[in-house]
Amino acid sequence: MTSIDQTRRLRVVFVGHVDHGKSTLIGRIFYDTKSLPDGKVEQMQAACAAENMEFEYSFLLDALLEEQAQNITIDTTQIQFKTAKRPYVIIDAPGHKEFLKNMITGAASADAAVLLIAANEGIREQSRRHGYLLSLLGIKQVVVAVNKMDLVDYKQEVFDQVVRDYTAFLKEIGMEARQFVPVSARNGTNVALRDLGVPNPMPWYSGPTITDMLDTFEPPKSLTELPLRFPIQDVYRFDDRRIFAGRIEAGSLKVGDTLIFSPGSKTGVIKSIEVWNAPEKTSAKAGESVGITLTEQLFIERGHLASHQTDAPIESNCFKARVFWMGKSNLAIGQRTKLKLTTQELDAEIVSIERIIDASTLEALPGDRGYIARNDVAEVTIQVRGALAFDNADRNALLGRFVLLDGRQVGGGGIIFGGTYSDRTQPKSANIFWSEGNVTPEQRYARNGHKGAVVWLTGLSGSGKSTVARALERELFNLGIQTYILDGDNIRHGLNSNLGFSPEDRVENIRRVAEVAKLMAGAGVVAITAFISPYQADRRKARTIACEAGVDFYEIHVAAPLEICEQRDPKGLYKKARTGEIKEFTGISAPYEAPESPEITVATGNQSVAESVAQILVFLRQRIKVDAEFEI
Amino acid sequence: MNLDFREHPAYAKLYPAPVPNVPPVFFPETIARGDAAHLDALEAQSIFLIREAFHHFKKICMPWSMGKDSNVLIWLTRKAFGGHIPYPLLHIDTTYEFPEMIAYRDWAVEYHGLNLIVKINEDARAGRGAYAERGPIGYDTTDPVTVTHELKTVALQQVMAENQWDALITGIRRDEDPTRAKERYFSPRTKDFEWDYKDQPPEFWNQFTTSCAPGEHVRVQALLDWTERDIWMYIQKEGIPIPQMYFARKGKDGNKYRFRSLGCWPISGPVESEADTIDGIIEELANTKTSERAGRAQDHHERNAMQKLRAKGFM
Ligand SMILES: Nc1nc2c(ncn2[C@@H]2O[C@H](COP(=O)(O)OP(=O)(O)O)[C@@H](O)[C@H]2O)c(=O)[nH]1
Repeated sequence: MTSIDQTRRLRVVFVGHVDHGKSTLIGRIFYDTKSLPDGKVEQMQAACAAENMEFEYSFLLDALLEEQAQNITIDTTQIQFKTAKRPYVIIDAPGHKEFLKNMITGAASADAAVLLIAANEGIREQSRRHGYLLSLLGIKQVVVAVNKMDLVDYKQEVFDQVVRDYTAFLKEIGMEARQFVPVSARNGTNVALRDLGVPNPMPWYSGPTITDMLDTFEPPKSLTELPLRFPIQDVYRFDDRRIFAGRIEAGSLKVGDTLIFSPGSKTGVIKSIEVWNAPEKTSAKAGESVGITLTEQLFIERGHLASHQTDAPIESNCFKARVFWMGKSNLAIGQRTKLKLTTQELDAEIVSIERIIDASTLEALPGDRGYIARNDVAEVTIQVRGALAFDNADRNALLGRFVLLDGRQVGGGGIIFGGTYSDRTQPKSANIFWSEGNVTPEQRYARNGHKGAVVWLTGLSGSGKSTVARALERELFNLGIQTYILDGDNIRHGLNSNLGFSPEDRVENIRRVAEVAKLMAGAGVVAITAFISPYQADRRKARTIACEAGVDFYEIHVAAPLEICEQRDPKGLYKKARTGEIKEFTGISAPYEAPESPEITVATGNQSVAESVAQILVFLRQRIKVDAEFEI
Repeated sequence: MNLDFREHPAYAKLYPAPVPNVPPVFFPETIARGDAAHLDALEAQSIFLIREAFHHFKKICMPWSMGKDSNVLIWLTRKAFGGHIPYPLLHIDTTYEFPEMIAYRDWAVEYHGLNLIVKINEDARAGRGAYAERGPIGYDTTDPVTVTHELKTVALQQVMAENQWDALITGIRRDEDPTRAKERYFSPRTKDFEWDYKDQPPEFWNQFTTSCAPGEHVRVQALLDWTERDIWMYIQKEGIPIPQMYFARKGKDGNKYRFRSLGCWPISGPVESEADTIDGIIEELANTKTSERAGRAQDHHERNAMQKLRAKGFM
């Protein structure tokens, strides 16, 4: 057995602008590394001669793919080539239509990429776009082949210019090519062989060839050196053991370690690592699929992320991300979708789009679109229902990336950036205070015994917002929870006394309410707002304001049918609206946009105030609760 | 149990019947290989996939052909679930199995404690019901592609309809045949078992299509990244018991033969081989130029036969 066979095949993806020579380069690599079936080249050359056609190396790839499709002689594994060092497999050869979808599916598992730029044309749209996608996918081992050097008389200036321009582009997206290689794929210069039996047309370049470069690349390293990340995949109770199963994505663990499970702050000690038909095991590391047991009973389920207490992941319901979308339909702001990150799966929505990026120029697309479309790349803020445990992608790529669903299928993906880590170690004594640094939200929450939040009531005039708000406030207060109502009475007369009822003023009114509610929630209070807030856009804005400050936001639709509200008409407003005395009255002469996906809907038309409040309390207490273990 | 198959027609040609009354199972010696580090990653990924499948699908089943890949799947399942096998296994019995394979099946059910469902398309074999007009389907009367379709694909459809499974964990490998190159780990199939390979859902970062509409199902291909050689190296590393027929026996012409892939006896041919150990098989694979299914007549019967069978829902 040779040593080559024993090495893992390195997975390489070839990308670049159309016609810049991908197929030719692949064909040439096959030829020069003698990875083709015997007689193939001669056969093709003869066929071309008979047709009076010039032989092209790209035909070799076409022929391989063709035969593959025809299933005659070539095994799939033949879309691989070997250098003296090891075997390679080419994933997703170029030339298909559904490019983004297939490129991403293929390239997401690539270990390395060859990006082609034709010297005679220079950097083109796809040269940039593909480079950007490689960066999103986290592929760092990239060699740039500056191809068709024969067409520019092998001039060093041309090559240097491409190197300068493309290096600058890559730098903007935080990437770096390992090497630029001047190549003539057609003639084989700097592809795989140094000696082609002709004088070297580029004596000014003495660096590595394309295959030399590929040989320097490494298979992916498992993330053993990073902090532990062990997403719980499932919990098994097939016998008297309670096994927490999953794959360790980063770091390592051993029997006796204390783990903290995010979201939340439950901790447990590893009792054993369970194995079947293998020697006893006391430690495990990144890349292994394992099952562990804990010393005590804990309610942990799929979606919990285990880590050590130091270096725990970020836990939040809101974050910024760079996303790409390839769904069949558009993904609009506020549209409910599902987000999957490792084994976590949560309802999610885009709350704002910072910019939609043209991946070829890195410029933001002009205009203010409220959605992302197929093939878009964008920077967005995402909110999930519930808490998500994750890392910034630059700290841990595996925990900083997620997919968004389009129906049942994966519709897009994204990487998270800019999240803030907070210290989640448990303070040991009641008297410890950090002398430096701010008071963290966690500390405030721990002091209060609950989290702050914005509880945003929306509904028609007369639907019962104020009544429900007051009853809710009383209940919360009685439970020892800090709470406060913001409503027309205390806001309109003071903070917003300079605002009227024009459309602009209504928008500003809601914005100010949202800002104040956010501050109060940040201070640890459950801030209840009771405004009609009829427009979807305004409420979304309010959500974004809270979300960006890391504050939980719960939208509650106080929903009573218009007829009932009009019947009740406590302040006689509907009557005035009907007679035209009040203009632009919501529900009568101005629209009410009901929430599409509120956290709760309370049907105040047919249930009592007490029932509505109970419904909200059940939901809220779960979410503002701070785990008992987490105390100062 | 009668374990003397010398009179069985399956052994009428080159390949001889096994020594009478020897259990049809081979226990490989467990050997730690120096070149097997990559198997750890393959194993971890397969266990991850199997656990994902088990989590997401309520009604799940693992087809089991008794062959080497199938036995690796059982092994990985037991590793994934702390020794347990928490779903039924399914054997689609064409009634053309080598008799020693049936003996192996009985042995394995006991050894692993399998919950095994055996499915035969009885109507097709007997020429009843929907087959009343055509008459019995079998290799003596019908062409091999049709036999495979009726006795495997249709049998599978029948048993799927009876059990309403929403996912099947299979042992398809990408290196097996070219149509599988573009397969996904979680591959949705329509009600008619069709595989729309031109418009497959994206799959990356270990996030899969983990639900399907009623009547549809998902194939979870837990061995997709393995090669034939990886399978053998893993069998050796773990000492996984497998059928005897993979190892060389002296044929009636004095040469030695073994099976690389096991199928229906009327259309399965052995390959000439000296390999009577796993080392021997691994060595042999390093030098072979023919494909794994070269011994199966069904694949040669028609050009593109595999592709057709695949699109129709065959494994
Ligand atoms: N002169 C010259 N032409 C080349 C070279 N590489 C590719 N080409 C030509 O460029 C055209 C497009 O090449 P192809 O490999 O099909 O590009 P792809 O679309 O990136 O796969 C073909 O006509 C090739 O012959 C090169 O190094 N020199």
